[in-house]
Amino acid sequence: MDEALLRSLTPSVLAILVRRGADFAAAEDAVQDALVEAIRVWPADMPRDPKGWLITTAWRKFLDATRADAARRRREDRVDEEPAPGPAPDADDTLQLYFLCAHPSLTPSSAVALTLRAVGGLTTRQIARAYLVPEATMAQRISRAKRTVSGVRFDRPGDVATVLRVLYLVFNEGYSGDVDLAAEAIRLTRQLAAAVDHPEAAGLLALMLLHHARRAARTAPDGGLVPLAEQDRGRWDTGAIAEGIGILQAALARDRLGEFQAQAAIAALHADAPTAGETDWVQIVEWYDELTRLTDSPVVRLNRAVAVGEADGPRAGLAALAELDSSLPRHTAVAAYLHERDGDPATAARLYAEAAHKASDLAERAHLTRQAARLNSRRPR
Amino acid sequence: MAKYLLLKHYRGAPAAVNDVPMDQWTPEEISAHIQYMNDFAARLEKTGEFVDGQALAPEGTWVRYDGEGRPPVTDGPFAETKDLIAGWMVIDVDDYERAVELAGELSAAPGAGGKPIHEWLELRPFYGVSPTITE
Repeated sequence: MDEALLRSLTPSVLAILVRRGADFAAAEDAVQDALVEAIRVWPADMPRDPKGWLITTAWRKFLDATRADAARRRREDRVDEEPAPGPAPDADDTLQLYFLCAHPSLTPSSAVALTLRAVGGLTTRQIARAYLVPEATMAQRISRAKRTVSGVRFDRPGDVATVLRVLYLVFNEGYSGDVDLAAEAIRLTRQLAAAVDHPEAAGLLALMLLHHARRAARTAPDGGLVPLAEQDRGRWDTGAIAEGIGILQAALARDRLGEFQAQAAIAALHADAPTAGETDWVQIVEWYDELTRLTDSPVVRLNRAVAVGEADGPRAGLAALAELDSSLPRHTAVAAYLHERDGDPATAARLYAEAAHKASDLAERAHLTRQAARLNSRRPR
Repeated sequence: MAKYLLLKHYRGAPAAVNDVPMDQWTPEEISAHIQYMNDFAARLEKTGEFVDGQALAPEGTWVRYDGEGRPPVTDGPFAETKDLIAGWMVIDVDDYERAVELAGELSAAPGAGGKPIHEWLELRPFYGVSPTITE
């Protein structure tokens, strides 16, 4: 049973049902029913045209449900006969579905859940496991999201930027449970980048590929974080890096720079360096300057301070850091790192311990505590 | 079966026997500790006794209602708060004795010098459900 094939067909099947006049919530239920049917039937009897089979089956499921509904409510005339097959489904249908699932009226968590379910074709149970919430909670979140967008018309173009933000959120969630959300985000972004002519969609895809390429090297056998400079570069996925850089270069050539392309450019410069010592920090600082201009985000300025510390020395990095609000997340950790590089292990150890106390996730806390411990255990207790 | 909450404290528990802050351990001792905790949870999952486990950040906020149409009042974090919970594990076990046994194992997690921390953990029973058949 080719689950990947099944899930790749989901969004266009759903989009076709909606285009034929099914309301979004009912269409979504019908497609899920059709997927369940496919999993049951296909292993023994694989259809020659899987997509056509899914469309037909989902449409029947929709009609059955609507007729049952109609019989109850005496609204038989609402949906009558199966319409003649419409024009061949095209990329636009899938694209409209992305827009709908990332609609601005949805909260980020709802948009993420709806995108994974309706565009990604994941089951509610899989999404719930991935986000570590009970299945009933996720089911409620999805059905509320469906209600929220049920009145949205399906024929107006949406904003690609909102879709990209949702996919970025999915990617950053990483993976837990039996679904690899990062890989799923890459799959959905790839599909989007193929459907829409937008350099930032390509930029986001490149960024994801370049980060994902380093995943195996990012975690130590004991589950601890391995910082970029200490990663075994032999474990980076060179295929993903080459693909990411290719996509990025094509996007940059369009000369419509955006924040995802700029972030991908930074990731590409790291990926290009054979060793951490050969990293082109001067160029990375320049990209952070671009990124600051595009987003004016304090987090970007913080990362820029790290890059300045590498390009121009720790004192310059500390000077850049001094201009930023010290309550920023990771500010203390960056200060600790720069003080260590500046040859002040006592201050660095104290700041690492303080940063560990403020860390927002366990792996980061363990990593920062270990940094403090490393410096403390080198000095007499 | 009976459910128990195992509570770990940042502050508020009696002092552990091997009471050295983690940033004074060696990095290897930290790794050994984390490995022990992960193995413990994995073992409980295998025996079918694990329900849930979560860790909490040390700094939180106090919140209370402040009347109709007004935003809630927030306060804290308070450095002087005596009881500060670090995390919990919920287990579903046959009886109290098993719960005590498991809490003892968790408390034996290695710390400074690779020796058990002997940390005090709080063991709290959940209220049970009344049996359907009472006679």
